[in-house]
Amino acid sequence: MTKDFHPEISIQTADFSLADEVALLEYDNAVDGAVVTFTGRVRNQNESKNVTSLTLEHYPGMTEKSLGKIISTAKERWRIGRVKVIHRVGELFIGDQIVFVGVTSKHRQDAFAANEFIMDYLKVQAPFWKKEACEDGNNWLDAKSSDESKAAKW
Amino acid sequence: MIKVVFFAALREQLNCNQLSLNCENLATVADLKKQLASTDEKWQQVFSNNSLLSAVNHDMVNGEQAIKSGDEVAFFPPVTGG
Repeated sequence: MTKDFHPEISIQTADFSLADEVALLEYDNAVDGAVVTFTGRVRNQNESKNVTSLTLEHYPGMTEKSLGKIISTAKERWRIGRVKVIHRVGELFIGDQIVFVGVTSKHRQDAFAANEFIMDYLKVQAPFWKKEACEDGNNWLDAKSSDESKAAKW
Repeated sequence: MIKVVFFAALREQLNCNQLSLNCENLATVADLKKQLASTDEKWQQVFSNNSLLSAVNHDMVNGEQAIKSGDEVAFFPPVTGG
């Protein structure tokens, strides 16, 4: 098993298994002592509205290119080993997993920082859009200025 | 010719996924935006939104970005993934 069989970026409608992803990050990897993972899920509330489901749209091609650039930048800034980013698209329901970011490194600081950096930049640069289904209809989510300022801090 | 694609709320407002147009008189993304806005009142209103983002050949760019025949230009609202 080599890294070639496990591309770093996956945009998919299917769910993913946290255990399987951690196993791939750790497989035949004796140099990295740290594995940091983040999983994002669909919440039942947003801005005090009850959400029943989400539909995620993306820009095929640009999504992969944009995430690839974010991962390359992370690799330049921190000493990290393996990286995996999964983002789901299509219709998702309360509690469903949306996004996964996994990073390994020799020591924990690099993996913690790179993981948060990748997530913060994904939020403001990767072309995904969420449409919420609520009791009172469907709405496209507005981008949050707090996400912009969080990414700008890096 | 230039391929122009629209996403999310913008796609729905315009009721248009993509179009192709002649780019002979268009030097930049801003020129293209101006031309699209001149389509009719609805397009004018939609493209007056200053928060719209643009990309050329899958890279995020600003209005000064030069465009040429064969490019794929995208317009979309601020992103909300993650």
